[in-house]
This record gives sequence, C-alpha cells and structure tokens, in this order.
Amino acid sequence: MWLIGPIGFAIPGLLLALVALPALWILLRAVPPAPIRRRFPGVALLLGLDDEKAETDRTPWWLLLLRMLAVAAAIVAFAGPVLHPDRRASGSGPLLVVIDGTWADARDWPQRMDRVQTVLTEAGRAGRPVAVVSLTGLPSGEVAFQTATAWTSRLSGLRPMPWVPDAAAVVAWANTLTGRFDSYWISDGLAHEGRAAVLDALQGHGAVTVWQSAHPVYALRPAVFKDGKVEVRVARDTAAGAAEVTVVAHGPDPGGTDRDLARATAAFKASDLEATAVLDLPSELRNRVNRFEVLGQHSAGAVSLTDDALKRRKVALIAGVRDREGLELLSPLHYLREALKPSADVIEGNFTDLVQADPNVIILADVAKLSPEESATLLAWVNKGGMLLRFAGPRMAESDISRDAEDPLMPVRLRVGGREVGGAMSWGQPKLLRPFPESSPFYGLTIPPDVTVNEQVMAQPDPTLAARTIASLADGTPLVTRKAVGRGAVVLFHVTANAEWSTLPLSGLFVQMLDRLAVSTRPARPTVPEMAGTTWVPLKQLDGFGVLHGASQSAGVAGEALLAATAGPKVPPGIYGAQDRRLALNVVTDTTEIAPAVWPRGVVVEGAVASHEVNLKGGVLVGALVVLLLDLLASLWLSGRLRGLGAGAAVVALALSVPGQGRADDAFALQATHGVVLAHVLTGDARVDQLAQAGLLGLSSVLTARTSVEPDPPMAVNIETDDLSLFPFLYWPITATEPLPSQKAYAKLNDYLRSGGMILFDTRDADLGDFGAATPNGQRLQAIAVGLDIPPLEVVPKDHVLTRSFYLLQDFPGRFDSRNVWIEAAPPGVAKAEGMPFRDLNDGVSPVVIGGNDWASAWAVDANGASLYPVGRGNAGERQREISYRFGINLIMYVLTGNYKSDQVHVPALLQRLGQ
Amino acid sequence: MTDIASPVALRARAEGLGGHLPPLLAEAEHLAATVMLGEHGRRRAGMGDEFWQYRPAHAGDEARGIDWRRSARSDAHFVREKEWQAAQSVSLWIDMAQSMAFSGVKGRVEKIDRARVLGLAVAVLLARAGERVGLADGSLAPRSGMAQVMRLAEVLAVDGAADYGTPAARAVVPFGRALFISDFMGDIGAVEAALTRAADQGVRGALVQVLDPVEEAFPFDGRTVFESLGGTLRRETMKAGDLRGRYIARLAARKDRLAELARLTGWQFSVHHTDEAAAGALLWIYRALERRV
Repeated sequence: MWLIGPIGFAIPGLLLALVALPALWILLRAVPPAPIRRRFPGVALLLGLDDEKAETDRTPWWLLLLRMLAVAAAIVAFAGPVLHPDRRASGSGPLLVVIDGTWADARDWPQRMDRVQTVLTEAGRAGRPVAVVSLTGLPSGEVAFQTATAWTSRLSGLRPMPWVPDAAAVVAWANTLTGRFDSYWISDGLAHEGRAAVLDALQGHGAVTVWQSAHPVYALRPAVFKDGKVEVRVARDTAAGAAEVTVVAHGPDPGGTDRDLARATAAFKASDLEATAVLDLPSELRNRVNRFEVLGQHSAGAVSLTDDALKRRKVALIAGVRDREGLELLSPLHYLREALKPSADVIEGNFTDLVQADPNVIILADVAKLSPEESATLLAWVNKGGMLLRFAGPRMAESDISRDAEDPLMPVRLRVGGREVGGAMSWGQPKLLRPFPESSPFYGLTIPPDVTVNEQVMAQPDPTLAARTIASLADGTPLVTRKAVGRGAVVLFHVTANAEWSTLPLSGLFVQMLDRLAVSTRPARPTVPEMAGTTWVPLKQLDGFGVLHGASQSAGVAGEALLAATAGPKVPPGIYGAQDRRLALNVVTDTTEIAPAVWPRGVVVEGAVASHEVNLKGGVLVGALVVLLLDLLASLWLSGRLRGLGAGAAVVALALSVPGQGRADDAFALQATHGVVLAHVLTGDARVDQLAQAGLLGLSSVLTARTSVEPDPPMAVNIETDDLSLFPFLYWPITATEPLPSQKAYAKLNDYLRSGGMILFDTRDADLGDFGAATPNGQRLQAIAVGLDIPPLEVVPKDHVLTRSFYLLQDFPGRFDSRNVWIEAAPPGVAKAEGMPFRDLNDGVSPVVIGGNDWASAWAVDANGASLYPVGRGNAGERQREISYRFGINLIMYVLTGNYKSDQVHVPALLQRLGQ
Repeated sequence: MTDIASPVALRARAEGLGGHLPPLLAEAEHLAATVMLGEHGRRRAGMGDEFWQYRPAHAGDEARGIDWRRSARSDAHFVREKEWQAAQSVSLWIDMAQSMAFSGVKGRVEKIDRARVLGLAVAVLLARAGERVGLADGSLAPRSGMAQVMRLAEVLAVDGAADYGTPAARAVVPFGRALFISDFMGDIGAVEAALTRAADQGVRGALVQVLDPVEEAFPFDGRTVFESLGGTLRRETMKAGDLRGRYIARLAARKDRLAELARLTGWQFSVHHTDEAAAGALLWIYRALERRV
C-alpha cells in the first residue's frame, strides 16, 4: 500500500499511466467535432452568407480538459484508492474479548457480534489465542484462551441479558485474571458501577481497546398516571440533538391477540436527556395495556411492563335495601352498576366478603346504619387508602347519622330531614347545578342543562364545609362533599344513586363524575408491610431483547425482596403475581441512572463513527462516468444537437418538481388576473377546445378594437383542477361525449354561479334541431346541468338588458341563427310601466346563457386575425358574423357591467337611438 | 422513367397512385365541405340559370322575356332576370418540386401534401361552382366538372424531380384567375417573370407561400451541413446559430418581395404554415379568388 495523505493505493503502479495524458491531449485536440447533415429547403437562402468568424476546427480546450479529467479519474480509480486505510498494528499474544452483554447491547446486538467476529477473524489470522467473556454471564472458572475458530462457533450462544452486570462480582472476577493479554472491550456505552476497577485490572495485563456504538441508548421509565392520562418518560444517555421517539402501548385486543393499542411520540429537545410521551387512552384500552415499548429499540430497557397500577379498579357496591323485586330501575344500585360496568370490576355481596376482597372503592347507596364492627373495618380500610363513596337517600335522611357529631365515615354533618324543592308538594323550581370550581375534581366537566335536583340531604354549616364541598347546587347548597381520611377519602353524594331525588344518575355527567372520583384512587405501589410474608411467582419474563416469555420452573420471590430488588440474575425482570395481584419488575426504574460511559484518557475508543477505511474506487469510477456524461452533453451542445434534448430535460425536470405545483397555480392565477380574461371550459375534445380558444381570441380582439374592454389572450380552464373564481365569464361548448363533472367540480361550479360568474353554454347544434333534448349535445347539456344550481329560464325577452348593453340587438346569431337563446327568467309580475319601452328589471345578472348557435365558430380567428370558418353565404353571412360579434360584445358588457344599461337614466338616450 | 413501359413497374406505379388518390381527394373534399359555399352566383343580373330578380319590363325587352305568371298578378309587366353566371378559368400552379417534400418535425404534414390538399380543395370548390380549372403549365387545360378534379388529382399525385420549383405561366387563360402555391424558396426571378406575364394577360390571382415552422425559426446550432432536398445545393457552416438572424432577415425580405410583386400585379399574397389548420388558408384562397377586380 502506498500513501498520499489519508489516501492509500492498492495498485500504485497503475498511476504511472497518468504520464500518458499529455499525449492523449495532443491526440484529442486534432479531432474536431463531426458535423450534422441536415436536409433543409431553406439552404437556398443561406447561399452567400458567410460564417461570422472562422471557428477553429479543433475541440475547445475545456472539452479536452473534461475528457482528460474522465480518463485521469478512471486511472486513479483502477489504482484502488482507499481513504483512511486500516493500519492498526495487529498485535500479538492472547486476546481477551470482553462484552458487556447488558440490555443496552441488545439494540444492535448483530452488529456487535459482527464486530466480535471480525476481531476473532483477525486474531485467527494472526494466530492469537482468544477468549470471549460476557460480563453478565461470567465464566465460573479460569478464562480459557483458545483458537479463534473454537470461539466462533460459540458466539451464537451469546445473548444480552436484561440487567446490568453485578459490580462486585465483575470486579472480583477481574482481579482473578492472570498472565499477559490484550483486551478488546465491546462496551454498551453506559456508565456502570465498577467499570473503572475492571478497566484498571485489564490494563494491568496489556493494552485495552474499547469499541462502542455512537447511537444513543433509549430507556423507558415506568408509566405513571397523571390527570387521567398515562405518562411515560423516555430517557437517553447523551443529549445528541433533537429527536423524536415513538412509544407504543402493547396489549391484548378483545380477541386476546397481542397488538399495539396506542402510540405517542416523545420529543427530545437538543439538550434534553428525558422526554415524556403522553397517552390519552380510554379506560377500556388502558386496562388492557401490558407494556410500553420504544419503537425500534429492541432492548429490555426500552420496555416498561405495567402491573395493577394501570388495571381496572375493583368497586364494591353495597345497598341499604335489597333490590326490590321487579323494580329494577328503582334499585339504588342500578345506575351505579351500569355506570361502572364498562370501566371497573364491580363486585357485590355481603359486607364482610366485600371488604375482604380489598376493593379500591366501596360504594354505599343509602346505607345509614353500620354495625360498630363494620364501621371499624371500613374505617381501617379507608385509612389504608380505600375510597368510600356514599349516596344519600330516604333512609339516611330519616336516620340521625352524623347529626350531632360528625361521623368518621361521613364528610359532613347533616341536618334533620332533607330538603324538597320543586316537587309536587313544594314551592320552587328544581335546582340546577352550579359550575364546578377549579378546586373540585369535577372541574371542567360540562353540566347538561337537564340535570335537576328535587330532594337532597342538607349539610350543617361548618367552618370546614366550604373546603369539603366539591360540587354544589345553583343556590350554593353542597351536592357532593369529600373528606380525606387517613390515606383514603370519604365522598358523599347528597342525593340518591337512583333517579328518585334527581336526574343526575340519568345523565352522562354521573358517569364522568364517578370516573373522576375513581381515577383519584389509583392504587400506589404496594408498601413493604403489605408485602411482608407474601410470595410472588414470576408469570412472565423479559429477555435482553425486550421480548416477553412465559416463565416456568422459577422459584417464588419473597414480597419484601421483590419490592427492594433491582433486576438481576436472581430476580429477572418480568411480571410477578401473588393471588390475583400483579407486580411488574422493570429493568429501568424511576431511579435508574442512564449516563454515558466515561473512559479515561489513553484508552483507545473505537466506535461506529470512528474513521473506517473507505474504498474510493467505486466513487471515483462513478465520478469518471459523470464526467464522461458531461462530456457527452457538452459535445452534443457544441454540435447543436442538444435542442430537443434540452426541451426533454425541461419536461422531465418539470415532471419531477412536485413542489412546482404551487408555483404553477400561482402562475395560472397571475395570468388570469392580470387583466380581464375570457375563458373556456376544456371539454376533452381537442378540436372543440381549439375552436373555443380561437373563438374567444376573435371576440377578445373585437372587444379590444371596439370597446374599452381589452381582454388578455383567452385561457382554457379545467373545471376539476383550476380556480374558477378568477374568471368573470366562461364559455362552455357542449360535446356529446363530454364527461360529467365530479362532485367537487359541481361544488366549485355552483359556487361560481352563485357568486356572480356567468357561463355561456353552447350546444353548437342549432342547425340540427330546436333547442332541447332533441340532439345528443342537448341531452348531454341536460345531464350536466342536473347538478348545477340553475334558476328558471326563459327565451331572452325583447326588453332584456342583453339586447342593449352595447349594441341594440334583437338576434343573437353565431354560426347558426336560432332565436332560442335562454336566460334566467324575469321575476313574475313585473309589468311594463306606461310609456316605458322596457320593464323595470333592475336586479340580477343571469348566471347562465344557454343556446346552440355555435358562437365560437363565428368568432374564431387564426393567429393572423383571419376568420377560420365561413358563416352563411356571401355578404349576408358576413353580416351574420358581424351580428354575432355584436352579441359577444353585448354579452361581455352584460357580464362586466351587470344591469347598468337597465338603469332608467339611460332610457332617454336609448329612446332617442331607438327613434321613438 | 426508363422502365415505365414494363408492365410490372407500370402496375406498381398505378397502384401507388391509386392508393394515394382516394385519401387525397377525400381530404380535399372534406376541406372544401368546411367552406360549404356551393355554387356562387355573380350577384348581378345576366345569363344564368338561377333566378335573380323581377323587374318591370322596359321598351326593348323581348316579349318572351316577360314572366307572364308574375305579370298576371299585377297590372304591369315583369321580366324575370337570371343571375349572371360566367364560368371563369382558374389556372393552378402547385409546386411539386422536392423542396416541398419537407417536414420539420416527424408527424407534421409535409409542405407538398398541404399544397396538394389546398389546391385540390380549391379545385373541388371551383368545380362545384361551375368554374373551369386547369394547370398553369399547360399539362391540363381548363375544364369544368368534377371529372376534372379527378384528372387534377392524378397529375398532382406525381412528385416533381426538380430541386426547387419554378412557376410556369405559359398556359394561363387571359383574363382568368390563377393560384400559385409554393414555398417560393427557389429563384425569385422565375416567379417575377411568371407573375409579370400573367399580369400582362390580365390574370389576377393569389400567391400562397407554404412554409414549415422550422423554416421560419431556423432552430439549428453547431457545425452543420445543410443540403437541399434534391441534393443540388450544399452549405456547410461551423456555427449554424450565427446564421439564424441573417437567414430570418432573408426570409422576411423574400416575403416582402413576394408581397410587393403581388401588390404591383394586383395579386393577393398570403403565408400559410403547415402547423396551422388548412381550413383557414382555404377560406382565404377562396375569398382571394372571388374578389372582383
């Protein structure tokens, strides 16, 4: 290998060929570009014309340079250039390959194994004995240095483990090493305890080279509930710029198949080490989530298992009276059951059984009296964090519970009896709810107007009452009160749980209120005393790649141990269960530190981004090819053959530039609004479109010559894609085969007609039949017009503005001369005033003019301004063409000035001109 | 033409002609139909078949000229006048030289085809109107009737051998009409001579210059060898782009010269491009021939 700067050459001898380049220069220079032979009749006119300056017969120097460059590039390419050639000294003696083997390795495990394989191969070539050790699976005995091939076959057995190496064990192992050897450490890139000690130990035996990936490590911390939403924090080891990661919630679908149930993104700012993904899940879905994952990161650290913390709540229902037979809707529990069923496990039974089932929430509906034992059990349960929800009712109103002194299981003291408002026997209107204050857990819920309260139990005014009220009626009396008891709470609804006292249970608000209350009772992580004496069995285990496996044959773990444990070989991460409770042990917890590994100076750290040798041969060859292509283009250009090619390239560039669409639209809009532009609708029939274009061109030039309207060249409009609102007037020739407009186009057309645009429909068949459905074009027009918002029509009356908006006309001929031109009908009951030539029709410009006179043909001119189609015979025909132009002018005037000429001001002048 | 007598060659030629003729005729008929003029009268009273007007009888009118049916309806006598219909002789010269067999873009019609179609369509229109149509070079004497159109088509189907066409006005009918369709790329002197000769004989008519858009734009660059279609003319240039301006100026000068000639001799001149519709040109030609002197 021969080196120039960072580039080495595999076959430097080939570079000698560069010496031959000057010879090539002289050779190429002598050959001029070949002429093109063109057969061209105009050559007769060329005779006698001299070339302005005698061009050299030689190839221009820059073209030569281009060619030389191509040849030089090819020579260099075949000499085998390599950038940053690998010049690592291959060393000698035994080599120890150390792999961290943690979950952080799992994300690019195959690449790591490839790296190990490469190192082994190199060592094998050099004849060095090798040993491979994973720090998460330390060998029990002496490190055995063997031949590389012996280890190669064992590599596939290596797996990343879903935990980090035990610092003490690793350091102890490192200290037992003996002999001289070099080390190659495949690091996971994270800081682990004891890393420095191990490095020290290894450096004591020989050189240490570290390899680590430059990609950031992402880890997922356990999900938490906040404000009814699930928040998952994603951590990374280095603040490597802004990034977005997707967090996927996995869980079984109703059929039991594992699917991703929801996705959310966590956006890292450039300097962030943590970002939060927020998932707003319906409770049904949330209950089914069993783990969250960072998308694309196949490692145990990027998986967060969920346990009871996200599971359905268990709610116990207890009613004061047993259900009355057959009166299901009057049952105090019916509405509660219906409201809670979708989102909670509802259990019912006798009091003792229910409390033992340890529900999250106990609901007492109109239960006044509790036995002292029951009270005590319940109080203990509430103190532990239970939520007691009570509903009032006739029994509670009658009883003297919480009357003189506040009952510990009641949030407030109650007055004697209740209150009845708006009932059959009382004055006043049923009471409405007051909007929830900001301090209330119900804050933000909308109150349906039909929620009214007829009866309630009344709270005794108390200094604490205001603080405990979380919902009240419009007149300020408390409706829902709450009191914290120990770690739990007691909530009282001052109405019944059925519809007897209020319509609240009938409304959706009831369900939302229950949801809000129940969410605030999420079970926290079990406490140590709670776990004492329990044995937890692993149900599912996580492997290093973050895949859940069923765990079998594993010993149980004591509750306290499990609570204190971090994931390790003894307590592998996964889901543990005891009775019907579930507890997740995650690799990464709230407190796990995710920090990049720090290596002392002097340690060689290689990585995926480290300078690798890059083979330049392909690149340089491609460069040579590109230069040759340029040469080809330049040669074509020189010889004048590039004209067609250039146009082709422009078309291709136009087709490729998708964002050019916006610019094209803008250009279209600019062209259409630069001045008045007459436009015609594209029919799909090229001949008809050409005719319409030529017709409007003729009309435009006549308008310019005779009136102050000076239209720009006419444009073609595609009603499907173009903006119609830019045009005051559309000419629409009808062909029998014209496609119907799409729904969108119809909407645009109707918009156009309603907002003051005018369309001139021309069936172009007045010679064939009377206007109507008799001809194919007429039938097509009827089909097209079905979807259009067209007002009632009439044949243009003799006093219509169209007959006098510029010229005084009575006929509207085109190429054909039919009187059947239709226009919006005048409103009924408009009569001609005495002595007036016209009716007073001062309002409305017709949105459509419909006829079949083939006006475009009569108007059509070619580029020289000569008429394209004959009209009629002889002078009479020319007269007809003139009248058709006049109709066109009148029409455009009518479009642009509306009913201006219908104004009474003009009547005297018009009368004079009419000779009356 | 050496083996024209051989039956095989003769038959092949005939079939080639036969294959070419119907579409050409059909196209010409179609083109003529767009003008839809039918027989055109002279819009004056005279000898003819078509009724023109009734007028009161003067002294000197022949008794047989009186229309008794009309006169019976009133007290005066009326003479039935016929429209004056004079059959005119129109001589065509359609340039069949090789320079006309040129099309600048693949797929665009050649100049010679457009010239043929225009000439035949005019012939169809004239034949319908009862005029006599013939060729100006004397190869086909003016005659009326649709059969003449067939004969014209046969003659016109044969391409010429010359590189550039020269008009021959030796057989124009005095005081008739003439129509010259060519690219006028050849010797302008010949055109001048022919026009002068025709004008001397009281012939009025129209010049139509048929050009390909490429001939107008001269979109060439680089080292180029230009050859005429017959191969008689050759011009090599190192930089075709440099010639563009001067070529266009020369072409404009040529057009100006033709227009000037037409003005002096009382003819009409127009330029037609092969990328335009033929109908417009036909309409122009028809009007130009119809115009009274």
